[in-house]
Amino acid sequence: MKENLIIELKDLSKSYPVADDSFFALKNVTTQFVKGEFSGIVGPSGSGKTTLLNILGSLDQPTTGTATVLGRDISNLSHQSSANLRNYHIGFIFQVFNLLPVYTVFENVEFALLLQKKSSSERKKAVMQALEWVGLADKATKKPNKLSGGESQRVAIARAMVKKPELLLADEPTANLDAENAHGILKTMKTLNRELGTSFIFSTHDEKVMGYLNRIIHLRDGRIENDEEISNPKFA
Amino acid sequence: MKLALKLAFKNIYGAGLRTILNVIVLSFSFVIIIFLNGVMDGWNAQAKKDTIEWEYGSGQLRHKDYDPFDPYTILDSHAPIPENRPDLTPILIHQASIYPEGRMMNIVLKGIASDQQTLLLPTSYLNAQEKQYPVIIGKRFAASSKLNIGDEVLLRWRDVNGTYDANTIYISAIFDSNVPTIDDGQIWINIDDLWQMTSQVNEATLLVLNETSTPLESTLWNFTSQKELLSTIEEIIATKKISSSIMYILLLAIALLAIFDTQVLSIFRRQKEIGTYVALGMTRRKVVGLFTVEGSMYSILALLLASLYGTPFFIFIKKIGIPVAAADQEVGLAIAERIFPIYGFSLVVGTVIVVVLASTIVSFLPAKKIAKINPVSALKGKIQ
Repeated sequence: MKENLIIELKDLSKSYPVADDSFFALKNVTTQFVKGEFSGIVGPSGSGKTTLLNILGSLDQPTTGTATVLGRDISNLSHQSSANLRNYHIGFIFQVFNLLPVYTVFENVEFALLLQKKSSSERKKAVMQALEWVGLADKATKKPNKLSGGESQRVAIARAMVKKPELLLADEPTANLDAENAHGILKTMKTLNRELGTSFIFSTHDEKVMGYLNRIIHLRDGRIENDEEISNPKFA
Repeated sequence: MKLALKLAFKNIYGAGLRTILNVIVLSFSFVIIIFLNGVMDGWNAQAKKDTIEWEYGSGQLRHKDYDPFDPYTILDSHAPIPENRPDLTPILIHQASIYPEGRMMNIVLKGIASDQQTLLLPTSYLNAQEKQYPVIIGKRFAASSKLNIGDEVLLRWRDVNGTYDANTIYISAIFDSNVPTIDDGQIWINIDDLWQMTSQVNEATLLVLNETSTPLESTLWNFTSQKELLSTIEEIIATKKISSSIMYILLLAIALLAIFDTQVLSIFRRQKEIGTYVALGMTRRKVVGLFTVEGSMYSILALLLASLYGTPFFIFIKKIGIPVAAADQEVGLAIAERIFPIYGFSLVVGTVIVVVLASTIVSFLPAKKIAKINPVSALKGKIQ
């Protein structure tokens, strides 16, 4: 067993009923992730990347097989336990940012800490620190509709990182960004990965993202086609 | 809860025009419910007060055979007045007829002491010296019989032996009372005169108690308490309240429907937001709570808005009263020319509880669907 193991998948399958048959989004996926990885699940549309990410984030459950994330078996988690897992240990970054439109940048980032019932002073300190990481401290009072795509994704990173999770799951984080902004946020994430030791798992088919990854898992039709370690990433 | 309140407030504040419309319609419900019930309560209190002061006193001792709803009992319902009870105001009732301008009108002739202090009837006018039989009548009867102060009219009655007699009576005063049951078709005469006219000296049909009176233990007289006497008024006003409630129930239903619609639309439109809440670590139950609190928040904002324009409106109406059309005063129940609403604590608090509770329920009904939402589908916005 690998040292600092945070995720272990064994024969993981996920199927959906389609008419009288089943469609398999994931088939017998077996792999492991260790602490501090900056890895990506890569594959064409419909290969099962997002499904796998959702299972790792306990937003979805496998049909068969086991997924152990941060020591918890995802298949057997109650609503409350999986909510706690996401609230304290896992951060999410979405393709379309998913910022809450009626809240300011500060309040969006503060949200996770509110759920953790942190004190006002602790929240303020942590939120401002997270905004410093992504270089948006001066936009704290702005609403999401006043931000550019790149800025919105930075806020989403700050929101995911403010609670200092052990695992960060990013689903196509650069899909809606231009090259400059994409490199900007990837550099930010790489820095946070190095400085805070947070494990990053991306779902992507963006070459730019792949240039930063230390490990790429290629998925095709729900199966792992290739799992490669990259010792010298292009943009490291 | 604090978090849900904070988030809910932000969300409905951010919803803009939809929130404003919901809040305005719901605030109308608050104001109309309190206003209509306040008018009814004001009418109730006023009707009771007037009826006590003009007719019921602190209760009545009625002759055992007397039934106020059966005129055939009047003839035989009389008995000697109990001795040593100056606190009781005797009233002797007889049937009679008058002939104003040659028309015959059946009336109820009521004898009452001219010096009584229990009822507000202006009985001192029954002492007018210039004529033999001075009487007083109410404004309604004066209008229907076309009699005025100073008019004389022929009265025909039967004495205790059933013998018809007749004489001229003189209208010495017309009183203005809100209580129609002492007015319509009734003529009030000095009881001494009525005793003499009917040869029923010291007899009465009923005795009105004053505030210091205690009921009498007697086989001849049945005691009817003030509360029992007023129960009819309360029943009639309760019935009126129900019919008037249809209006505000409709208004409330519209407001609640608007909240329900907003909630259904919100849940559909904000699927990604719901998915994001779950992804960020909120349990689905908490998200249901958040949306329910949002719906309830409309009622809280509506309450604030209603207080803002409702309070001066209520104070103003309480001061000037609501004019009642002349036709409405003929309903057979005490009703003044102006009704002054009463906004009791229980009315206001009760209305607030009903509206807040109702809006919470209609907010919860669509929101509970969230508990079954698949967060992955919600994040993709794929919930139908």
